[in-house]
Amino acid sequence: MNLATLGMIPNLPDSFSGDESLAVFRRMCLTRYFELRVLKAHDDGMINCPVYLSIGQESISAAVATVISDYYIFTQHRAHSVYLAFGGDPVKLIDELLGRPSGCSGGMGGSAAIQDSNIKMIGHHGLVGENVPLAVGAALGAPGENVVSFFGDAAAEEDYVFAAMGFAVTHKLPVLFVCEDNGLSVLTPKSDRRNWEMTDVSRSLGMPSVDVTDDPWLIAHYVKQFTANLPAFINCRTCRHRWHVGTGIDGPPEWDRFAFVKEQLSALGLALPADTIEIETKQYVENLWNERLQTPSES
Amino acid sequence: MERTVADTIRELTRKHLEKGNGLLLSQAVSAVGWISNTVPNCQGVVDLPIADVAGPGIAVGAAIVGRRPIFVIRFQDFVFLNASPLVMYAAKSKDIFGVGVPILIRALADEGHGLGPVHSGCFHSIFMHMPGMRVCAPMTPGEYEEAWEVFLANDEPMFLSEHRRSFKCKSEMPDIVLDNADITIFAISLARFNVLEAVEMLKDDGIKCNVVHIMWLKPFTLSSKLLEPLECSGRGLVVDSGFEIAGASQSIAYELMIATGLPVKAAGRYDRSTGVAQHLENGTPTPLRIAEIVKDMVQNRKMAAKHHER
Repeated sequence: MNLATLGMIPNLPDSFSGDESLAVFRRMCLTRYFELRVLKAHDDGMINCPVYLSIGQESISAAVATVISDYYIFTQHRAHSVYLAFGGDPVKLIDELLGRPSGCSGGMGGSAAIQDSNIKMIGHHGLVGENVPLAVGAALGAPGENVVSFFGDAAAEEDYVFAAMGFAVTHKLPVLFVCEDNGLSVLTPKSDRRNWEMTDVSRSLGMPSVDVTDDPWLIAHYVKQFTANLPAFINCRTCRHRWHVGTGIDGPPEWDRFAFVKEQLSALGLALPADTIEIETKQYVENLWNERLQTPSES
Repeated sequence: MERTVADTIRELTRKHLEKGNGLLLSQAVSAVGWISNTVPNCQGVVDLPIADVAGPGIAVGAAIVGRRPIFVIRFQDFVFLNASPLVMYAAKSKDIFGVGVPILIRALADEGHGLGPVHSGCFHSIFMHMPGMRVCAPMTPGEYEEAWEVFLANDEPMFLSEHRRSFKCKSEMPDIVLDNADITIFAISLARFNVLEAVEMLKDDGIKCNVVHIMWLKPFTLSSKLLEPLECSGRGLVVDSGFEIAGASQSIAYELMIATGLPVKAAGRYDRSTGVAQHLENGTPTPLRIAEIVKDMVQNRKMAAKHHER
């Protein structure tokens, strides 16, 4: 099975407007260049906390954030991409990583425990998968509100994740469950941990479910389709480029969705605006980091 | 008609659910006597699946969006499964994110009548150990109302260590402070009822006891209510319904000793599992056991004093 093309629908990007496609790419660029700067700051010794990088996985939250808005957002430890894609304050994220009181969690959370109330992103404490029952409880407690919950393929193995998804189906709660399935729990491959897929579980619970690669047009397509009929589950096969924690690398990634997306944008005739977005975003992030690093901490 | 503790809990809950936009979540709520008749049959009651970690997680999620849910743990032994979302998220959220997560955790202790090793525990001590959560053990209608008001006035989670044997209690339990007591007994949870029985037994031995009831376990204040009777009587004993080792009784005894320099002993459950058979039970120290500990402390002290005079 080629996971880089799993579930691909031919010509799907053609059905998106240029603005939509570029909006996704803009979010991907923000995460990619922000995290490359995190990586440098970490390796320069500026960051003392463990960092959980989303590099390689940017397309998932970028796609989801382009389609939905005003949802409660419940993420887990690897969430810079979600935070940035949904419009979280990058300055407060930098400050959090630098351990400053002006950080989004006052320096208490670091990379793994970030929040931004302006985008309804609820803080995650750092325990894998516990955000899923919290998300379901928020949907129960706030009728009329929608909720999105991001988690990984290892979190999907937590018994309380199953149970919470089942509760959401039983009570017809409007929760979009998104699994960023990089196939790794730290470094243990999924094949060593289980012989079942989360989409089979969620389908048996009775919710619309799909298992697809991390192509952002594909994910956006299913988000549009599923949000009319929540709860629903999207399992996204993706490729984490760096270690579970830290900036280390074990070799070239199986694929780089970022590069694929640039190719697709060219095919759509969007190479020029895409290049401009990439250059501008890179410069924006660079300036932001430099400015924060030159600004003394309030403490 | 005077209200029992169960009536008080039920009516406070009814008001919260019908008029306060609250929720109550628990397993097996409606099917088995509405949890000893402490839960009203009204809107806002959610029967949770038997999912011991997801259930409290769902309740905490409802707290995050402002519903001030009541999460009921029918037997305190289940806290070991339930605890993670409560202590790791609800209790830490204010410290990490500056966002309070007010959830009322009603945890029912029970003991005796053959409940056995995993249904007769009393574990408020482990919640005292964790930062970010209020812990109390109300045993009277008035104390329950006080706890409820504190919960509504604050945005932290609160662990209410209830005891099923208190549910029929109708009266308040004022402290007993005598002019010339031999000892001050500090009592927590069901131990408060057993201590009162022990004090009656000790009267026959000519031993006079102060009794100071402790409802608030965390935050715990070394107030004059606790210290003055202890300083007057010269010795103390803390009795709790939980295990003695590393539990509330030892912890509070330590604080009292450090504050006064006076001897204060601790008494709680023995360090062994409870059995179903009557002779294997291991519950709150019985009135007889409490009386024996007091006699030993008081008489040894008197003997020591006599020895010193010689």
